[in-house]
Amino acid sequence: MSSMEKQEQQRVTLLQGTLDMLILRTLLYGPAHGHQIGKYIQRTTNEFLQMQHGSLYPALHRLEKRKWVVSKWETAPDRNREFKYYRLTDKGRKQLLAEESQWKQMAEAVARVMWPATEES
Amino acid sequence: MNWWQAKKRDADLERELRSDLELEEEEQREGGISEEEARYAALRAFGNPTLIREQTSAIWSWNWLESLARDVRFSLRTLHRSPGFTVIAILVMALGIGANVALFTVVRGVLLRPLPFHDPDRLVMLYEAGLHEDYASGSKVVSGGMYAEWKNQNRSYSSLALAQSIRVGLSGSGGQLPEKLKSALFSWDMLRTLGVQPAVGRDFTQADDSPGANGTVLLSWGLWKRRFGGDPAILNQTISLDAEPFNVIGVMPAWFDFPDSSTRLWTPVYHDKPEDTMTSFSNHMFRVVGRLKPGISASQGVADLSIISQRVHNEHLNDPFVLQSAKSRPLLDHIVGEIKKPLYVLLEATCCLLLIACLNVANLLVARAAARRKELAIRTALGGGWLRLIGERLMECLLLSASGGALGLLLAVATLHWLTRTRHDMTRVESIHIDGVVAAFTVGVVVICALFSGLIAVFSISDKRILSALHESTRSVGAGNVRATLRRALLTLEVGLTVILLIGAGLLLKSYERLRSADMGCITQDVITMHLGLPDARYGTPALRANFYDMLLERARSLPGVDATGFVTSVPGQGYGMDWTFSIVEHPPLPQGSGLSALSRSADPKYFGAMGIPILRGRTFDGGKRLDAANEVIISQSFANQYFPNEDPLGRHLRTRGKNAVIVGIVGDIRYAIGETPRPMQYYPLDAGVENVGTLVIRSSHDPEQFALPVQRIVSEMDPDLPISDVLTMNQLLGKSTLDQSFNTALLVAFATVSLLLAAVGLFGVMSYIAAQRTTEIGIRIALGAKREQVMEKVLLDGMRPAVFGLVVGLAASLEVGQLMRDLLYEIKPLDPMVYVAVAATLLSVAALACVIPAWRVSRVDPMQALRAE
Repeated sequence: MSSMEKQEQQRVTLLQGTLDMLILRTLLYGPAHGHQIGKYIQRTTNEFLQMQHGSLYPALHRLEKRKWVVSKWETAPDRNREFKYYRLTDKGRKQLLAEESQWKQMAEAVARVMWPATEES
Repeated sequence: MNWWQAKKRDADLERELRSDLELEEEEQREGGISEEEARYAALRAFGNPTLIREQTSAIWSWNWLESLARDVRFSLRTLHRSPGFTVIAILVMALGIGANVALFTVVRGVLLRPLPFHDPDRLVMLYEAGLHEDYASGSKVVSGGMYAEWKNQNRSYSSLALAQSIRVGLSGSGGQLPEKLKSALFSWDMLRTLGVQPAVGRDFTQADDSPGANGTVLLSWGLWKRRFGGDPAILNQTISLDAEPFNVIGVMPAWFDFPDSSTRLWTPVYHDKPEDTMTSFSNHMFRVVGRLKPGISASQGVADLSIISQRVHNEHLNDPFVLQSAKSRPLLDHIVGEIKKPLYVLLEATCCLLLIACLNVANLLVARAAARRKELAIRTALGGGWLRLIGERLMECLLLSASGGALGLLLAVATLHWLTRTRHDMTRVESIHIDGVVAAFTVGVVVICALFSGLIAVFSISDKRILSALHESTRSVGAGNVRATLRRALLTLEVGLTVILLIGAGLLLKSYERLRSADMGCITQDVITMHLGLPDARYGTPALRANFYDMLLERARSLPGVDATGFVTSVPGQGYGMDWTFSIVEHPPLPQGSGLSALSRSADPKYFGAMGIPILRGRTFDGGKRLDAANEVIISQSFANQYFPNEDPLGRHLRTRGKNAVIVGIVGDIRYAIGETPRPMQYYPLDAGVENVGTLVIRSSHDPEQFALPVQRIVSEMDPDLPISDVLTMNQLLGKSTLDQSFNTALLVAFATVSLLLAAVGLFGVMSYIAAQRTTEIGIRIALGAKREQVMEKVLLDGMRPAVFGLVVGLAASLEVGQLMRDLLYEIKPLDPMVYVAVAATLLSVAALACVIPAWRVSRVDPMQALRAE
């Protein structure tokens, strides 16, 4: 079995609802367009989180509808073309904090169940 | 969201997706692969753009509302594209839903709606009951004496009231003709017991309800409007009933119809009835309504009354007709008891019809889904969401059944309008109308129909093998097997239901035919009957009455063209009439506490000849013996068989009401009502002058109806205040008494016919479809040398299989259904083999007819054309 196939198997689809948080977190560094966000998440997770870029757009528009992000057509600095850039709003920042702490609690709780011994030591 | 905003948003999204996709493509290209490969790689990384676009714009739309609107639009377009299918489906649905809504409305109005009285659940109808339940019902109407005892001694009812239906003659006044009306005698507290007030004027008082009081009367709303012009000045006016004065004290509300809907007047009972009737314990003639005290159950109430009855019975051990217990049933049951069973049977029939309609529509939808399989497969391949496709299908069904429902509601309204006009004799017919509950029921039926037929259609396309669908439809040899199987299953079910309806209709039809052809024991052709009654006020003595009858008969006989006339208290088919107790003088006395009674009639000597009732032995009455001298009696054949089994009854004596009468003749049996077996009957001479109501019969071979007017003229010459009513030929009279049966039968036959038609259409549709699917295969078979007859036979048998299965299933289910209908059948068994055979034959021949055309068509296929058609 090649290592390529193994990697393929390990890629998991995103947990429901975490995509929003990842997008918001990505935008914390500054405005970005859809393609950048997708590429960034994929690269940062070492291609572990596999997603089709397409699934980003419904999420982006959902965030925009909830007013957690705003969008604007701007010319990209490296390509001489306009892209739709998304920018975090104050409301979005608050939402990110909330989701982050929720996720942390959840992760800790799961960890406590899964690895009780490591916790003690 | 406004449409231009939506449009702008769509353009924006389009641009965003395109620019990001291009970027991806550029990056892939920068990785050093060819242009074309880069595009595919970008698309792979990106996903299905159409789906993304759809999902993303769904975020912005008013989700459900917009997609709903879109589904509606699509469905409308689809339906519009096949108007034939749409029209048929809507009509089928309308028929099913309309029939259901109409019948549900009737059932709700008649059976389910509470009586319009105060706290109707506490109202009960009370009966007397004996230990020997001699008659079918086992319970009897109440005697005046027992009523008084119950009323005075019971501790369970807050009130007990009494009623009896009678007929009175309303004298002509102010240029209006005298007329005979249905009237009811009420005890003074009846309206209080029911919790009803007159609409105008006042209720009876206890003082009104005594022999010495002035006559008082309440009018029905209809009579007040029709006869007195709705003039409030009628209050305290005097009208003449049976030639006695009655003071109008009030008018009842229009809806008030107790004891029945044809009652026009109400008068106090103790005022009208002689005292001996009201104190007798053995003369059972009244209906008693009781209102239970709070906290007392119906059975506690009955137990209370039974103790009183038992005590009275013990005090009158020598009178066998004083009964010893009581019975009760809810007032609503009493009022709708007769009509309940047929209504529920009809409701079940309409449910069957609706199910058949749904199956038929589902069948059509499955056929269409199969035809559109390629389209659906392509849409799925292009990224059409699965739920969307199902939603669309359901929306289509909802539109169909909603249109069907709307049309059906109109149908139901028209039907109910017709029903309430033609059947105003039906119990509680006035409470039938469409209301909120019926509307909700309609909506419910529409939704259920849509889900039912829609889901079946959805299941038929739920295999996701898109590729196979695309493959299959390119070469459709032996295609669509799954769908054909589903459709055959639906058809089997449909045929089964149709068989059940046909069996039900067949049973009722045969039973009705038996009923109408039952020998009444008399002539029913060329005979006209007229009812009249002599008021005591003017005809108080036997002599006056006997003279009146003599003169009437003599003058009627002298009318040219009259073959024969007679007068009798009630003719065959007019009902139970009355029974008298008797004893046989020559027989040893019966043990204490037992007695004999038999139906009793009074007739003039020529009645038997006029009605064609054969005199089997002896002779008719001696016309010369009148009044007290009239001491003869004629008995019926079954009377002779039952009471004189081994002896000659002629010359023996019956003792009735304190007088001996000698038996002079034996006549043939008659049925007192259609559908009843002949009972022992005793006839006494009309010339005794005892009876004051009866029916004149005239037989003529030339159109007996022409004598209605001359006879009325004769009567009004003899007494201008005397009304004649119920002028009917014997056939009309019998037809009227079987109106319910003929009505139910006609409805069920109509339902069965419609469902047979639907099943045939379904069968034809499926056969045509399967045949069309197999055209290529059959073309090949024929090209290879198969005989056309063989092909036709094969296709025909293939089509008949669901019909035969359905028939078997339906017949099996009918065994059960027949038992349900047992009470509605007359003289035939629920398992009547003739009906079953006839239904099977009808169904098979209709099925064969529906299959033969597609089979013939496919067997005529030109193999070259069939193969080229692909």
